[in-house]
Amino acid sequence: MKKLLENRNVTGWLMVSPLAAVLLVFLVMPIILIIIVSFWRATEFSIIPAFEWDNYAFLFGSPVTYTVFLNTFKYAFITWAFTLVIGFTVAYYLTFHIRSQTWQIALFLLCTIPFWTSNIIRMISWIPFLGRNGIANSTLMSWGVLDEPVEWLLFSDFAVILAFVHLYTLFMVVPIFNTMMRIDRSLIEAARDAGASGVQILWNVIIPLTKPGIMIGTIFVVTLVMGDFITVRFMSGSQSANVGRLISNDIALLQYPSASATAIVLLATVLITIGILLRFVDIRKEL
Amino acid sequence: MTKLTSQTGLSRRDLLKGAASTAIAAGSTTLGAPMLWAQNIKDVTLRQFGTGVSNLNDVANKVKEDLGFTLEMTALDTDSVTQRAATQPNSFDIADIEYFICKKVWAAGNMQAMDTSKIANYDKIAGTFRSGLLTPTSTIAQGTAPHTVGFTSGPNGTDFVQEESGWMTLIPTIYNADTLGIRPDLIGRPINNWSELLNPEFKGKASILDISSIGIMDMAMVVESMGEYTYPDKGNMTKEEIDLTLGIFTEAKKNGQFRAFWKSFDESVNLMASGEVVIQSMWSPAITAVKSQGVPCVYQPLEEGYRSWGGGLGISAALSGLELEAAYEYINWYLSGWVGGYLMRQGYYSAVPETSKEFMTADEWGFWYEGKAAKGDILSPTGDKLAGAGEVRDGGAFLDRMGSVVCWNSVMDENQYMVRKWNEFIAA
Repeated sequence: MKKLLENRNVTGWLMVSPLAAVLLVFLVMPIILIIIVSFWRATEFSIIPAFEWDNYAFLFGSPVTYTVFLNTFKYAFITWAFTLVIGFTVAYYLTFHIRSQTWQIALFLLCTIPFWTSNIIRMISWIPFLGRNGIANSTLMSWGVLDEPVEWLLFSDFAVILAFVHLYTLFMVVPIFNTMMRIDRSLIEAARDAGASGVQILWNVIIPLTKPGIMIGTIFVVTLVMGDFITVRFMSGSQSANVGRLISNDIALLQYPSASATAIVLLATVLITIGILLRFVDIRKEL
Repeated sequence: MTKLTSQTGLSRRDLLKGAASTAIAAGSTTLGAPMLWAQNIKDVTLRQFGTGVSNLNDVANKVKEDLGFTLEMTALDTDSVTQRAATQPNSFDIADIEYFICKKVWAAGNMQAMDTSKIANYDKIAGTFRSGLLTPTSTIAQGTAPHTVGFTSGPNGTDFVQEESGWMTLIPTIYNADTLGIRPDLIGRPINNWSELLNPEFKGKASILDISSIGIMDMAMVVESMGEYTYPDKGNMTKEEIDLTLGIFTEAKKNGQFRAFWKSFDESVNLMASGEVVIQSMWSPAITAVKSQGVPCVYQPLEEGYRSWGGGLGISAALSGLELEAAYEYINWYLSGWVGGYLMRQGYYSAVPETSKEFMTADEWGFWYEGKAAKGDILSPTGDKLAGAGEVRDGGAFLDRMGSVVCWNSVMDENQYMVRKWNEFIAA
């Protein structure tokens, strides 16, 4: 027994097995189950084991599916662009403009304060703010900027993206801040000594070195937005849809097989997206 | 008995069942007035779930007080209720569901038929739930009328029968007539037709509920009112009719007619109270909730009539023995008037109005049921003022409101197709 444990291969396997077991039971098995169910047939009150392509045929045969997937990508892309710019700026400020480490940590913690309340509460609090008679509209009207309330503030794509950006910017800030902190300051000094301007340093030194952070943030934001349904439902007043809502509607209407099929297609889409993203940066090498 | 348990390792539950069956045998001679076995019944816990409409903590407290056993309540939205009744038979003992949900889930066999001879007030249940006739001369509205899915062939029936067979799928408790809710202060003119929901005048200020079985009926009312189409049977549309109906609404949606769709009761209240929406599908207590915030809101009676719904209590197929008897006791208590009075004072109708009357003041009865002007303040069961002296209920008396029902919430033969098309409408 002792000899066995000294064998490096065996200890290696033993060390990896708890995680492997957890992933197998809680990740791989459910996904396999979803794949199986996606081929089943549903009636109104029951699902019948079968092997048929009907769910996929209906999914790919409906023009709504394509609109909805397009919409999902649209949300993901716009949210990504905004969170990236904001997240990068915040991280840059924290890293290079705040000199004392105490203040860096203090300000960083300040960024996380919104996370002390629940996601849904933070999202819903936008509703009275943006409404027709909400704070935003009445303030703008009292300043004389508007004559009558703007309607597109709430229950619109604007509201959805605003909420997404608000909810997920921190997921961009954290990884970018983390990689930026680890940039060797002497590299920047060297660049400056060699005569590079501020913009050139940013573009040729800092951005390339923060790429892994940007990529990790991107993966966070893109997967969160693509998998979300509740933000879209509340902020669009149930009027817009992304894939998550398609799935949640199906589940609500007891169409589990159809929901599974949509989930599988979404999973594949997200995996492909991440695969493409990882082509740009080798996270493993640069971490 | 305690000794027996330790000796044989019988579970407490088995024992209770045994005790109950003995008791049933003993009690069957005095049927009609079920007596309970005072000690055991206190240990019983019944788990009830349903929509927020009648899942009230006040009811659970009163059950504890009057009957001695514990009632656990779970409130869910309509779709989740359907889901649970169909897929998780072991998660509930009592299902407080609507008749159209019953039509969806009954065939799954998760619920058991109830013996009407054990229901003391069966004869006092409103005609709508038995023969389908409100008064001997009324016509039956389209859609899933409660009596069409209210009876089954026998104790183990999974079918529906059209006559009073003595075996009920649900024991009816509550019903009402629904219409559009409006903000009279923001509209400023009379609203008399369902077609107003799609009137371009209210562009960006209208809403409809995102629950397919109910929403499609509201849509059908609007389409007929617009004169676009007259359905042979709104409650059972063909595929073409579904396409037509949702087509009209998809176009309206794309033109920006709707401000939002709502799925839960509180969403509809917020939309209306904040002024985001001025006309929308609504439920009676939601109107009350808006009013109690001091915002004017009317449950507008419309020329074409009302869309109606009914709900009742069903019991899980898994229930037996003492718990089953407790369930019957609970249902008998439910129909005996206290809950009915409570629900009536919220603006619903009790399925057994006679008994509810005893738990209401003459003024309350006159206001809610007879459509008379209130003599004093009308209070909700929780004590909020709903109407002052001289005010009359929107739509008037019971017979005027329920007599103008033209359709019931429905499950159609083409339900699955409708559901998919509905999903597309929401996503469009």
